[in-house]
Amino acid sequence: MASDSEEDFVVYGTPLEPLDEDEPLKKPIPLHEQTVKDEKGRYQRFHGAFTGGFSAGYFNTVGSKEGWTPSTFISSRQQKAENHNARPEDFMDEEDFSEHGIAPSQITTSQEFSSGCRDEVREKTRAVISQMALIPGDNLLEELITPARLSIGVELLRRMGWKEGQGIGPRVKRKLRQRQKEGGARVYSCALPHIGSEGSEDDDDEEFAPENVTFAPVDVTPVDFSPRSGVQGLGYRGLNPGLALLGHGAAEHINLFNPESETRSQLFGNAQKTSRKGRISGQAFGVGALEDNDDDVYHKDSMTRYDTVLGGEEPGDGLYGWTAPQQYNNRRDTSKALSYLGKIPEGFTVALKHTKEKMIFPPPVLPPDFRPVHGFHPSLLGTTAVSPALRQALATSRGHMVKEEPQQGGRHQLDSSQRRALLGEDVLHSSSSVMELLRPEDRQRLYNLHNDSKTTSAKCQNAIHPSGSVTRSTVVSLTQPLPQSCSTPSSSLQEDSLASWRGVQSSTHTFRPFVKNPSKQARYEQFLSRLKHGDKDAVEQSLDPGMTEWERSRERDEFVRASILYQPTSSSLSSRFTVAQHQEDDDAVEVCRDEEGAVDNKQAAVKMKMFGKLTREMFEWHPDKLLCKRFNVPDAYPGSGVVGLPKVKRDKFSVFNFLNVTESREMTAPLKPPEMRKKSRWDVSEQEELDKEDELPTSASTASPNSISDQTQAQKRKEDDKEEQQKEEEEEEEVVVSRPPMDLFKAIFASSDDDSSSSEVESEEEDTKEGEGKNDLHPLNLFNVPSTSVTSSITSCSSQKTVVFSQTSMQEEFGPSLPPPSGTDTRGGATSHYSSSTEDKQRKKNKEKKVKKKEGKHKKDKKKKKQKKHKHKEKHQKKSKEEESSDEDSEGHVSTEELLKRLKSIP
Amino acid sequence: MAFPQPKPQAPQLPQHLLRTINCQQGAVRAVRFNADGNYLLSCGSDKSLKLWGVSRGTLLKTYSGHGYEVLDADGSYDNSQLCSCSSDKSVILWDVASGQVIRKLRGHAGKVNCVQFNEEATVILSGSIDGTVRCWDTRSRRFEPIQVLDEAKDGISSVKVVQHELLTGSVDGRVRRYDLRMGQLHVDFINSPITCVCFSQDGQCTLSSSLDSVVRLLDKSTGEMLGEYTGHKMKSYKLDCCLSSKDTHVLSCSEDGHVYCWDLVEGSLSLKLPVGKAVVQSLSFHPTETCLLTSMEGCVQVWAAEPEETQDEVTMAT
Repeated sequence: MASDSEEDFVVYGTPLEPLDEDEPLKKPIPLHEQTVKDEKGRYQRFHGAFTGGFSAGYFNTVGSKEGWTPSTFISSRQQKAENHNARPEDFMDEEDFSEHGIAPSQITTSQEFSSGCRDEVREKTRAVISQMALIPGDNLLEELITPARLSIGVELLRRMGWKEGQGIGPRVKRKLRQRQKEGGARVYSCALPHIGSEGSEDDDDEEFAPENVTFAPVDVTPVDFSPRSGVQGLGYRGLNPGLALLGHGAAEHINLFNPESETRSQLFGNAQKTSRKGRISGQAFGVGALEDNDDDVYHKDSMTRYDTVLGGEEPGDGLYGWTAPQQYNNRRDTSKALSYLGKIPEGFTVALKHTKEKMIFPPPVLPPDFRPVHGFHPSLLGTTAVSPALRQALATSRGHMVKEEPQQGGRHQLDSSQRRALLGEDVLHSSSSVMELLRPEDRQRLYNLHNDSKTTSAKCQNAIHPSGSVTRSTVVSLTQPLPQSCSTPSSSLQEDSLASWRGVQSSTHTFRPFVKNPSKQARYEQFLSRLKHGDKDAVEQSLDPGMTEWERSRERDEFVRASILYQPTSSSLSSRFTVAQHQEDDDAVEVCRDEEGAVDNKQAAVKMKMFGKLTREMFEWHPDKLLCKRFNVPDAYPGSGVVGLPKVKRDKFSVFNFLNVTESREMTAPLKPPEMRKKSRWDVSEQEELDKEDELPTSASTASPNSISDQTQAQKRKEDDKEEQQKEEEEEEEVVVSRPPMDLFKAIFASSDDDSSSSEVESEEEDTKEGEGKNDLHPLNLFNVPSTSVTSSITSCSSQKTVVFSQTSMQEEFGPSLPPPSGTDTRGGATSHYSSSTEDKQRKKNKEKKVKKKEGKHKKDKKKKKQKKHKHKEKHQKKSKEEESSDEDSEGHVSTEELLKRLKSIP
Repeated sequence: MAFPQPKPQAPQLPQHLLRTINCQQGAVRAVRFNADGNYLLSCGSDKSLKLWGVSRGTLLKTYSGHGYEVLDADGSYDNSQLCSCSSDKSVILWDVASGQVIRKLRGHAGKVNCVQFNEEATVILSGSIDGTVRCWDTRSRRFEPIQVLDEAKDGISSVKVVQHELLTGSVDGRVRRYDLRMGQLHVDFINSPITCVCFSQDGQCTLSSSLDSVVRLLDKSTGEMLGEYTGHKMKSYKLDCCLSSKDTHVLSCSEDGHVYCWDLVEGSLSLKLPVGKAVVQSLSFHPTETCLLTSMEGCVQVWAAEPEETQDEVTMAT
């Protein structure tokens, strides 16, 4: 009827997958592949119930397919083997630990939580005693009687005063308990005695117990949710033999939530109340003929046996957990106090009177233009009664928000003119120059020094003059210095420093550049303090008069420079920074400890072919630790962290550290024309070739048989080149000599600012020359030396040189160049870039060669492109070289012909 | 020595051209024997490095991976690895058999002129135009050099390693010898840009050729000059020099197309080998036998003491 409507069917379970008609039937899994695996994916073979069910391990062996591998003992120096004790668990499978395994591991109460305090001492003594006893295991009897282990919850309850049989919860007042009992009594329909062990003593009269005694609540047995077993209906109880024999047939109050009342009554048998003993009664049994009362043969149910209210009356008095003596309770205010009960800690009572409630007023509304900055009233600041510390604090707190009135500053803030006005002094008419304050002889000496430096700089302009000709007397006579111009470079600096330091109050947190030299530092600080006072001649006064003039001038410059370098920061900034506890040693730079000596001596030695001690230098060199390891060589300097050449730190402030020590040697050595020393390495060969005419014939003589015109042309060109080069070199020399390269200055004054570098350089130059002027007649050498000692100057020199060189060779290459890629094959491609004079000749030759070497021609075209890349190298080839190679072409033909002959001779 | 030498043999010189190999890789910048002398490496200016058999002149393998012309190469003692350096500022460690790049070491600031394995091929030393010698570790995966020797004031043109000593020749005209065992650096001033340095086979002398067309033999320990060899021309190009396998002769390339061969003790020119008309750029002496490799332009020449009987190998291996 409803076969077509599928909605009528109720479907259970998961439907099978719909069969696809087109899909080929799946192959049934063969029997040997129908395997059972456990949850770990291991095969479980069933090999018959009689042989033990599933196979264990790997085919009833231990472990895996590889078999049971014993643990290997591995012990190394780094990882010591631990003493491993095998436990039975090590040999068990995971299943054995599961719930139904042989060693189920589940969460259990551990020893320390199981019972009261573990008596380890007693256990130990017992163990000892058992060993000491006459019969071993004598205390077996003692161990039979072991104290019952209690759970930690019971233990805790006991500690809190709970006793066995008491209920848990707040103490109950007597009245309530009574009511409880009454209620219970009311329920009983028949005269059942009061049950409960605790209730027995309460049966007496009420006045026996004092008023303020409370009692523990009735013990409550938790609901036993035991499953129903049996096929009887709900509520049916079968014949209880004990009950039946006791003759208890009366029903009691059916309390579904208190089923143990029955069991209790059974335990404390109410036999004495029942009149009939040994009578069997029950629902299923009738009344014997001899029985008198048959009223309760048939089960009668009355509504009184049932509770009408769910849960009944609340047990207890509502004093949940309140066990304090009752006298603390306020009788009158119990209703109020009760609400606090359970919340009041021990020893406290509820207050009788209420405290007044605090009124909290809302904060005032901020005006929209309010700025949260607090400023003190100036009148407060102005009061002299305020202690200086407080005033300082106020001033710092004020910060830069309020502009400082000039009147409020101390006398240090005042200008000298202002102070003068205050003091009522007259205007001094002395000149502002420092020179005026000097003694006349000192002044004269300063002039001399200055002029000396000036003349040296002037001398640099025409550097060809031997510097020895200039003497001091001529210098003095030459120039009549102006006093103002004398001190211009340094005085301008001094002005700067004065401007920056004037009016600075705090002198405690300034940088101390001369810490290593305490006396110098003291002088420097004196100088600073004078600067702060606005002394114009602070430097001169703070210098040590015992020093030589040269030292003083040097120190003067150092002081001025240092004072500018370490200018005091503005007060707002300086208050925010503190001086580091450990100052870095930043006033030193790393310099190679051992410097290579002067080149001149060596050059002389090389010229004389005296190799050996003169040309050899030995340095301490630290190879890397790993490098030694890789070379299988013990470390030469074990423990030293240095790699490479050891470096030393030198004072950064001293200019003279950067100048080589060998200047004295330099001076004694015959002064060479500077171009010889200045030569870049690459020019040496060129220069020699140009200088020595005897070198030329190597190219010229070989070229002569070929074409004399070419040779002359070449010579002409060479001479031209030579002249040009000489000119250029002269120019360059002038440039170099007139002013040392900037890199030198940068290397020396790396830390100085750029804006002041020019003036500094001048002053420094002057300074050094002043120093040199005393004992040196060749101040030029001072700046020639660094070309070998200071690397930066080398690079600059060499770069200059390379620029010059590139003009002649049209190529910027360093080091020996590589020969041209090929001559025979690609000359045709390369000649187009040759100079025009040789081009024609070369082409001719190439044509000749092309004719001769036809067999190699097909390669040529292929290579042309490749060789064009290297044309710049070919340019580098000198003309003499070209000629030579072209010369050899004639000889080369022979060789190629020989080769051809050989080729032909091959069968 | 307990026994006298059986017969003092007359020193032989490689004066017979066995064969010429046209490498077809542009100019051959360097030609090197391998450790046992059975193979040779040619560094081409077309960025390739080629391995040849010496006896037959057959090309065995081409190693390509450099970005610019290859300038020098060296083979490890066990012939398993090669190292090469190039103008592309890199040093490459090659696997010989597969031709694969094992490691490409970058760090030099300029073109790398020379490269050398140490004795156990654990370290590669490369000298560059940037004035540094860098010691590269072949064992670890570090791409930074173990140590950088930056004592030279100018470009390094040549590096040699024997046992625990490094010898570097620099364009600043100094030959530096780093003694790892002693932890010392010896600097010999030559005054002319060094093009090539060599240790003698007994390890007691150093040979250095410089651009003043002089080859000098210096005592290693004192720095005194033991010999001076002149006559060739070496003025502008970086050309090689070497000692013969038995330390009997000093050989040097020349720009005039010859290889000059001097007697080591007497200093007299004993052989002037005409290679060609261009510059002989590189040469390498067989480690044990009397056999010399020279390279000129795109070809490599193999020279031996006796002419080979079979002449069919003379043909160019095109």
